[in-house]
Amino acid sequence: MSASIALQPGALARYETPSTSEPAWIKVTLITVALTFFVIFLLFPLGTVFVQALSKGWGVYLSALTSHDALAAIKLTLITAAIAVPLNVVFGVSAAWAIAKFEFPGKRFLITLIDLPFSISPVVSGLIYVLIFGAQGWFGPWLAEHDIKILFAVPGIVLATIFVTFPFVARELIPLMEAQGAEEEEAAVVLGASGWQVFWHTTLPNIKWGLLYGVILCNARAMGEFGAVSVVSGHIRGLTNTMPLHVEILYNEYNYAAAFAVASLLALLAIVTLGLKTLVERQTRKQISESQKPSES
Amino acid sequence: MASFKNFSPLPGFRLSLGYTLFYLTLIVLIPLSAVVTNTVGMGWEAFWSAVTEPRVVATYKLTFGASLLAAAVNVVFGLIFAWVLVRYRFPGKGLVDALVDLPFALPTAVAGIALATIYAPNGPIGSLLAPWGIEIAYNPNGVLIALIFIGLPFVVRTVQPVLADLEKDVEEAAAGLGASRWQTFLKIILPHVTPALLTGFAMAFARAVGEYGSVIFIAGNMPMVSEITPLMIITKLEQYDYRGATAIASVMLLISFILLLVINGLQGWMQGRYTKGA
Repeated sequence: MSASIALQPGALARYETPSTSEPAWIKVTLITVALTFFVIFLLFPLGTVFVQALSKGWGVYLSALTSHDALAAIKLTLITAAIAVPLNVVFGVSAAWAIAKFEFPGKRFLITLIDLPFSISPVVSGLIYVLIFGAQGWFGPWLAEHDIKILFAVPGIVLATIFVTFPFVARELIPLMEAQGAEEEEAAVVLGASGWQVFWHTTLPNIKWGLLYGVILCNARAMGEFGAVSVVSGHIRGLTNTMPLHVEILYNEYNYAAAFAVASLLALLAIVTLGLKTLVERQTRKQISESQKPSES
Repeated sequence: MASFKNFSPLPGFRLSLGYTLFYLTLIVLIPLSAVVTNTVGMGWEAFWSAVTEPRVVATYKLTFGASLLAAAVNVVFGLIFAWVLVRYRFPGKGLVDALVDLPFALPTAVAGIALATIYAPNGPIGSLLAPWGIEIAYNPNGVLIALIFIGLPFVVRTVQPVLADLEKDVEEAAAGLGASRWQTFLKIILPHVTPALLTGFAMAFARAVGEYGSVIFIAGNMPMVSEITPLMIITKLEQYDYRGATAIASVMLLISFILLLVINGLQGWMQGRYTKGA
């Protein structure tokens, strides 16, 4: 028994030793509990979205997705993400470069500040823009005078989305780039590479999977944000409704099949996001094991 | 030593830090200061009467009570999930591992209408529970269910890597010294994962307190019974009571700050614990 374990360095073989594993009935019970919880709390809600969306047939499903208001909501959601995600990518890369490659006082505090939008209720995130751009807000009278609409219009929706998705890219890149250190970049500089060359040819290849993961998460939240956008949108059909807001309106009108039809697109986005995430994690693990091989041998 | 490292040969420190601070100030700090200045501007009495209104106090009780309970449920099931995913092999494991993050990825409004449909009295689970006199949707139970849903990944994803890193030798040594499996779990494994469990608990709790989208569809939103605090802010805004909304928002903001500091402290503790052992 012990000889066969020594021959198999795989971790699972080691777990099978009786001293460090549980009786079979405990294993089966724990797996059953986890799977039951998984089915009830995760699989069931996801499945419900698609079952309800198709409950009245494909015709109703497709017409719900191609109605004027649905198409306008899809378009606004895409525009919002197309503005918010690139802005937060530039910020995320810039913040990670400063924090991971250099030493300066107050670094941990800066990271805490970057995390702030994560810990604030989406509703509060929306409210702050009402306080700034609303009729009684800081710039309200000035904006009204110049006939510029930010609140209850597209700019307000974009701003609120930028706020709630602000930390995603930075949060993925900072630990990754801190773990990688600055040696490779320093070597490139010593060899005469310019700043941009260092970034494009040394840093970017090392962080590409982490960056992609950050972009995926940022995009999923940007397209799916509900609370913050709900406060600043004004719910004007065909004009300031994003997809999640359109879902809410249809649902509150008891138009369940149409609500779930639009929701199914967002659920598909979530599934694609999770699929890409699994793929990216696999790539990162491969990259790590490849980079560790030469140092070990 | 720290100042010595500042002589890094790498370019772009001033540019990247400058842009980071500029963007952070513009997007996060200035907008957030609007809540603070508006709250200070309304005066203590207006603030106090707005945040202690009975209907608002009822929302605090529900929001914090349900969030605590949901985070506690998540600690128990999150530990079981992490354990099963790290230690056992079973069919569908890859799917379970990938879908644990569903509450992160699924837009909250979609989760909200799906949960409301499932637990409604005529829904697939709601209709099974109705004969037993158990009602979930449109009362505080619904709030709890939604908060359990959104909080689950926090505990699983903080505990999972810690459990995976746990050295098997320690467990073998404990067993060799005559400890039962249950004793090994209580004396070796549980203390090892406790910082991660607490961090996951705090993160799930912080998320639950501010959650809006997944809750409002299933909650029923009855005043004094099933209204959550974020909904109260929206209600005040719809009544054009900007002061009331801002006052409640500043209370929530203060709680978010405190929770953020607690979570940071816990994460520091975790890092200290787990890097020392390695």
